[in-house]
Amino acid sequence: MNRLAIPKTYKLYIGGKFPRSESGRVYEVLSHTGDFLANAAKGSRKDARDAVVAARSALGGWAGATAYNRGQVLYRIAELLEGRRNQFIDEIESSEGVNAAVASAQVDEAIDRWVWYAGWADKYVQVAGNANPVSGPFFNLSVPEPTGVVAIIAPQGTESLLGLVSAIAPALVAGNTVVVVANEHAPLSAISLGEVLATSDVPGGVVNIVTGSPAEIAPWLATHADVNALDLVGAGNLDWVELQISAADTLKRVLPPEAGADAATPALNRILAFTELKTVWHTKAIL
Amino acid sequence: MKFLDYAPAPESQALLNLKSDYGLFINGAFTAGRGTPFHTINPATEQQIAMIATANETDVDAAVSAARHAYDGVWSRLSGSDRGKYLFRIARLVQERARELAVAETLDNGKPIKETRDVDIPLVAAWFFYYAGWADKLDHAGVGPNPASLGVAAQVIPWNFPLMMLAWKIAPALAAGNTVVLKPAETTSLTALLFAEILQQADLPAGVVNIITGDGSTGATLVNHPGVNKVAFTGSTSVGRAIARSIAGTDKKLSLELGGKGANIVFDDAPIDQAVEGIVRGIFFNQGHVCCAGSRLLVQESIHDDVIDRLKRRMQTLRLGDPLDKNTDIGAINSAEQLARIRELSDLGEQEGAERWSADCEIPANGFWFAPTIFTNVSTSHRIARDEIFGPVLSVLTFRTPAEAVAKANNTPYGLSAGIWSDKGSRILAVADKLRAGVVWANTFNQFDPSSPFGGYKESGYGREGGRHGLAAYLKPAVRSGSRSIIAADHRTPSVTKKSASAGKKSVSAEKAAK
Amino acid sequence: MTNSPLATYQPDQRALALIGGEATDANLRRYLHGIPGIDAVGLEARAADLGTRSIKTSSKRWAIDTIIGLIDLTTLEGADTPGKVRSLVAKALVPDPGDPGTPRVAAVCVYGDMVGSAVSALGSAHAAGGTDGVNVAAVATAFPSGRASLAIKLADVREAVAAGADEIDMVIDRGAFLAGRFGQVYDEIVAVKEACRRADGSMAHLKVILETGELNTYDNVRRASWLAILAGGDFIKTSTGKVAPAATLPVTLSMLEVVRDWHRLTGVRIGVKPAGGIRTSKDAIKYLVTVAETVGEEWLSPRLFRFGASSLLNDVLLQRQKMTTGHYSGPDYVTID
Repeated sequence: MNRLAIPKTYKLYIGGKFPRSESGRVYEVLSHTGDFLANAAKGSRKDARDAVVAARSALGGWAGATAYNRGQVLYRIAELLEGRRNQFIDEIESSEGVNAAVASAQVDEAIDRWVWYAGWADKYVQVAGNANPVSGPFFNLSVPEPTGVVAIIAPQGTESLLGLVSAIAPALVAGNTVVVVANEHAPLSAISLGEVLATSDVPGGVVNIVTGSPAEIAPWLATHADVNALDLVGAGNLDWVELQISAADTLKRVLPPEAGADAATPALNRILAFTELKTVWHTKAIL
Repeated sequence: MKFLDYAPAPESQALLNLKSDYGLFINGAFTAGRGTPFHTINPATEQQIAMIATANETDVDAAVSAARHAYDGVWSRLSGSDRGKYLFRIARLVQERARELAVAETLDNGKPIKETRDVDIPLVAAWFFYYAGWADKLDHAGVGPNPASLGVAAQVIPWNFPLMMLAWKIAPALAAGNTVVLKPAETTSLTALLFAEILQQADLPAGVVNIITGDGSTGATLVNHPGVNKVAFTGSTSVGRAIARSIAGTDKKLSLELGGKGANIVFDDAPIDQAVEGIVRGIFFNQGHVCCAGSRLLVQESIHDDVIDRLKRRMQTLRLGDPLDKNTDIGAINSAEQLARIRELSDLGEQEGAERWSADCEIPANGFWFAPTIFTNVSTSHRIARDEIFGPVLSVLTFRTPAEAVAKANNTPYGLSAGIWSDKGSRILAVADKLRAGVVWANTFNQFDPSSPFGGYKESGYGREGGRHGLAAYLKPAVRSGSRSIIAADHRTPSVTKKSASAGKKSVSAEKAAK
Repeated sequence: MTNSPLATYQPDQRALALIGGEATDANLRRYLHGIPGIDAVGLEARAADLGTRSIKTSSKRWAIDTIIGLIDLTTLEGADTPGKVRSLVAKALVPDPGDPGTPRVAAVCVYGDMVGSAVSALGSAHAAGGTDGVNVAAVATAFPSGRASLAIKLADVREAVAAGADEIDMVIDRGAFLAGRFGQVYDEIVAVKEACRRADGSMAHLKVILETGELNTYDNVRRASWLAILAGGDFIKTSTGKVAPAATLPVTLSMLEVVRDWHRLTGVRIGVKPAGGIRTSKDAIKYLVTVAETVGEEWLSPRLFRFGASSLLNDVLLQRQKMTTGHYSGPDYVTID
């Protein structure tokens, strides 16, 4: 007799917990061929709001952790992803309609990219910071710091896991906390990534994943006064100009949409996009 | 006689050779503006200094075209070392004409001659000198090898440090290989136009720098011009917000240096006399017309009375009056409009229950003046503790513990500057870490240097001016073929999905309330 | 704050009340280290800022004459002789023979063994502690090093006072200060002060030389200033002139700040004397500005401020001649002493 499978319930990931949408809504996630795969939570503006609250309260701890510690915590995620390769490959195969080799290549690249970013945690400050030779008796140092709470519209294209990783990893490296709106049509790997994060050493609230409609949720994040930055990398099909205009109300830092195979290419600049350079002057005297 | 009534020591105006009318500086020559010209006045006397042209849309277009032409034809083709040589020339010419520029700046802006002479103009020269040396070293700017310039930079600057802000904008833009259209603030165009003469003396190729004058609408036309690749603005947060909105959806790169409500934190172990000096420098320097002013004094409760007593005594020695007098500490407020705003917010402070105290100053009969003023008994909810006053008005709040000081300092939508006064090094460094501000001065305040990046967190703007980061604001990574290779892509900037700006966006109204 | 009960105390009671016990090393350390520190960068910036004041026309004329009246015209050479001292006194009394309206200096400052010569040279012009005429100041306490036993230092002081010195410029034991023996420094000043008492019970004025160049840091200067004032010094003085750096504007500013704070605390006015290294009227005017803007114009009197200088006087006279005649003068038109 064939054993009857137990399907997974896909929920949101907010503040280290897996709540259903407060709205009670779900939407059907279909395979590439149109078959039902799962019901995903259809996040609401209130879920987004809760996610921002969770991200804000996690910020102090995450930004305040030592760079070495953040690097290790992020590297640990790569280890866990590696252990769950097959699960991600299965989800990608079914939802993106690619074969096992292609799915496997995507997972590998996502893990490698995560490792690459993890290694930056205790280096980007050195590369982007500066000792400044001012013309006076002052010790003068410029150091990049995390911007704060970063809202991200994840890439909505075909490579759902790689796109998500490419968007959130650089923001996390610097010590930002993140609210990410997942790939609407292929959210499964996002939720599974949430499960990885929940069992990793990443404190709850550092990454918050909302599934649902980016078109519905993004405006609430763009206008939210407690969001410091907005990554529109996956917002190409939304009215992203309007989102940018909304973001200007509180002068959020904004990255524009990207498309194509080069979207969210790993780069130091992606890390630095969500940092603030702080310059500290200190008097210097022997007398 | 009273020695402290120092005899007048006015700086001579003899070396000034002002024209009665100034045109726009476009494509290397002065041309008449098509808009309605206006008077620029001396805010200390309300007397007219000269007529200034207004650039209308056609003029803005001409300026941007000239900048584009110069970019394509000359400047982007010039070697870095030759660009640098022009900037060195400019630096030297500024030094040679320093006194003249200082006097002109003081006349037009109202700030004391000792500040224009000892701070503004020396920093202008320093800024050009610093960035001159960068022009042929762009590979080291932190944007990767062989970075590219952006094109035409539209730069709109405020009235509080007119020529210094010009230098902060133009020097890095030119070093990076961009050409410039710059609009000075309406009330302080004079030194920018004298600077245009310097550019002629330096033989800078025509069109590399264009200076157009006018009010906020000229600025709005400029930043919204489709031929512009980079917008750099220093001024009020409200105008900065409007600019950010108006260029949404375009690929214009934007730097904003906006308002602030800087906290100056004095701990009970502070070097007290230097802290008092720092408080004075923090809020009364340049009549408090400083975006990074230390306008909120956070003083530890245990030393509040002593600090306020010392501060008041010190404020009584501040000399308010003729900005051209070499002994003047506090000059004129830049405009009637700004004076009205300072008065309004100060009156509000009293109505809200804060205690107002002003130094005894004889206020001149003509011109715009405001005596150095402090408010004690201010709470965090008062408007004078939250709104940028942009004048010589200090709000004093207290705290009990370092954690409370940090929390109060950060409790603002702004994030430009902060000060820390303490003898305890470890606490200074930890507090500096926790302050959400782009510039933190420990046991000093209001220091500036071309090698030191300056700019804000949060609603104080984004982008940095000064240092290598200020240079990077005018550069982009070399354009390379797409590659997913991690190593090769190290310095790539996220590519923009080009989309034309959506129609009907709110336009920038004015940049008058400059910061 | 000047109505403090401290104002009514005798100096020794006042010191004990402030430091909260006997003047032991421990009590003094606790007190002196409880005084706010100095950030050198800020102090020097403030001094430089004060130095940019532009003193012109009538203010300058007033300043020039005021400077002359504040000078302790000094000769402190191994080669000093009664003849040299007579010449110095003559210069002190008539700084500019070409202009009888030129004010006299405040005092002549000599070694203890020259006091008699100075007093006799002054004759009826000896102010003897008053304001009419010129005072005689003597350096004492094994000046300039101070490296002698207390007994010898006190004898040095007593002899000078007995010989007619109106003012004693003592040196503190910098070695003891730097070693943290604050009690010893304090006790010595107290003892020297007592040695300033004349037979009739009146006191010679006591200036306490800190030798700031050896104390090195501004925090030390500030602490030594407090210590000297606590112990009863009437004046605090920067330097002997034998150690570089001697007086600087920032050091003097830091001492003026102590004097200002002491006045706020007790209502008592202490004098300040920068000595050594001030050679031009331009520099001296910076000091006047610093005094006036830090402690107030009231301090610009010989009772509360002095310049310890020798070559300064002639530069000031050249400036004075320039202001009188409208053209520049030269060194042949002022006298050497």
